[in-house]
Amino acid sequence: MSKRFAGIDIGSRTIELVVVDDGAEIVESFQADTGFDPMTQARKLVDRVAYDQIMATGYGRSLFEVSFDALTVTEIKAHARGARAFFPDAQTVLDIGGQDSKAIAMFESGKVKKFEMNDRCAAGTGKFLEIMARTLGFTIDDFGQEALLAEKDLNISSMCTVFAESEVTSLIAKGNDRREIARGLHISVARRAASMINRVSSGGDVVFTGGVANNPCIRTLLRDNLGCNILLPENPQFVGALGAALLAGE
Amino acid sequence: MIPESYKYFESVSERSIADMESWQDAGNLIAGIYCIYAPGELIRAAGIVPVGLCGKKEAPIAHAEKVLPSTLCPLIKSSYGYAASDTCPFFDVSDFVVGETTCDGKKKMYEFLGRLKPLYLMHLPYDQETEGARAFWESELKRFSDFLHKQSGVAPTAQRLANQIRIHNLMRREMKEVVTLAADPRSHLNSLQIMTILETKSFVVDLEGYAGKLTELRIELEEMVNRTPVPQGPIPCRVLLTGCPVGKGCDKVVQLIEEAGAAVVCMENCTGMKSILTPVEENGDPFRSIVDRYLNIPCSCMTPNSKRMDSIRSLARDFRVQGVIDMTWQFCHTYNIESEIIEQEVQETLELPFLHLETDYSSSDTEQLRTRIEAFLEIASKEYAYGPTMN
Repeated sequence: MSKRFAGIDIGSRTIELVVVDDGAEIVESFQADTGFDPMTQARKLVDRVAYDQIMATGYGRSLFEVSFDALTVTEIKAHARGARAFFPDAQTVLDIGGQDSKAIAMFESGKVKKFEMNDRCAAGTGKFLEIMARTLGFTIDDFGQEALLAEKDLNISSMCTVFAESEVTSLIAKGNDRREIARGLHISVARRAASMINRVSSGGDVVFTGGVANNPCIRTLLRDNLGCNILLPENPQFVGALGAALLAGE
Repeated sequence: MIPESYKYFESVSERSIADMESWQDAGNLIAGIYCIYAPGELIRAAGIVPVGLCGKKEAPIAHAEKVLPSTLCPLIKSSYGYAASDTCPFFDVSDFVVGETTCDGKKKMYEFLGRLKPLYLMHLPYDQETEGARAFWESELKRFSDFLHKQSGVAPTAQRLANQIRIHNLMRREMKEVVTLAADPRSHLNSLQIMTILETKSFVVDLEGYAGKLTELRIELEEMVNRTPVPQGPIPCRVLLTGCPVGKGCDKVVQLIEEAGAAVVCMENCTGMKSILTPVEENGDPFRSIVDRYLNIPCSCMTPNSKRMDSIRSLARDFRVQGVIDMTWQFCHTYNIESEIIEQEVQETLELPFLHLETDYSSSDTEQLRTRIEAFLEIASKEYAYGPTMN
């Protein structure tokens, strides 16, 4: 039987596990919520698959390294590698996950050249969008689609989750349409992401990874803001785990 | 195996308070200082001992925020918090405190600090080139010299100054040698231990005796390095740390770099090489030599501050580093702004990877910092074996 390599991405919200064969083809993939006990959750996923080597990435990587005797890699390198599997010429990656956002620039070879990462707070991340969707009574899956239906743009100045929530509350109180408020929130996230990309990259198409890449409104706004194509891999939230699996085999 | 003579440096700050008290009991004065712009030569030439004051831990920040806005850099808040909460033994023992107008936050903070303890404020120019700036700085040091003379009754004569310059230069030379040897992988000293040694120089009554201790350590390190075989295979990634001051209590970035398997072989900041790299000219008028030497400190409060890059360039070469990390404290505008300039220079002229980390004294961003540092090391670490030209 051919060799199998696993990659596990233990993020703040979810854990993804991807197994590839020695031809770098995805054999299996699973996802679970991180919850409050990430190692038990990781164990449940890992027990479902067979592999020769495993590599961990994401916030839980150091904990996993100790518990499972695994190799580790940062999310930066893992996302860069994973994005290349879908788009071999890509030189810029944007990853927006649960509590992190990062922009990564690569050399032509695929080696990481430069990166930017948000600081400690959840501003402009999946967590921010999740809380705002809830405040406006949307599901996170519909949030982007609904925002695209807004007839005009509303300006939301706060990026902090706490401040934005009170700003949203006051916009609701003024009788503003909730789709327009939703669009305003999306604009502020996209603007922040675009400025991160501009700090690392001098142009070219951007591969968008992480759970927030599933949001069509963010993608549209980013494309308009940056004036480039936003490339969407299949199952963008699995890109980090895929990258780790590929690196485990290299 | 830790060098035997390193042990002395581990206990300097504990022993220091007793030394300071006996110095004071003998009828002598102590000046509390915060910054490397305070010329030790001048203070000691007036028969006064300078001591570094606390400002590196998070604990007293809450106390400071009763008076100061929270949007100030942690170093300013911690320094004031220590003084206001009466938790810094060195502040307590100081007869007066010396401050400098390095940045807006500090100079306004000193207005409050001056209510707690007699405060002498030195005014700094913000450029190093113009005639006027130099003349102003000279007049400020003259004013400081007169103040010191008046406090202690001891005139910092040219002869006394020349003697202090000689002792300080000796200490600088030995410290530089020690740090250089400690950065050799055969020395068995890690980044935090190098930092500990560097920190001790601020807590010394007898500077000549202290320089002697550095000489002992230097000789032991030399022997250690010479008898240890050259390490086989790759050695930890060698990082140069620049930016804001770092010390025990706010050394999380140094710890994270160590934990990631790399080593801070050189700190360019003012708790590191900035105060020891350049000696004071020993030939010529001692007072004027001090004026020139201190005006040329490459601090971000100067504009432009091109000497900082000169210093990074030569240290990166001497210490054979593989990457530069610029660690700045949140709300330290001058260092934060300057980071972009340093980044361009490091990438273009040194062709080394660069990482800017902006943080504070809290531990809330530890994991984000870890990811950034590890990703930086993934970029920086090429195979790096022990080279034949390494000192």
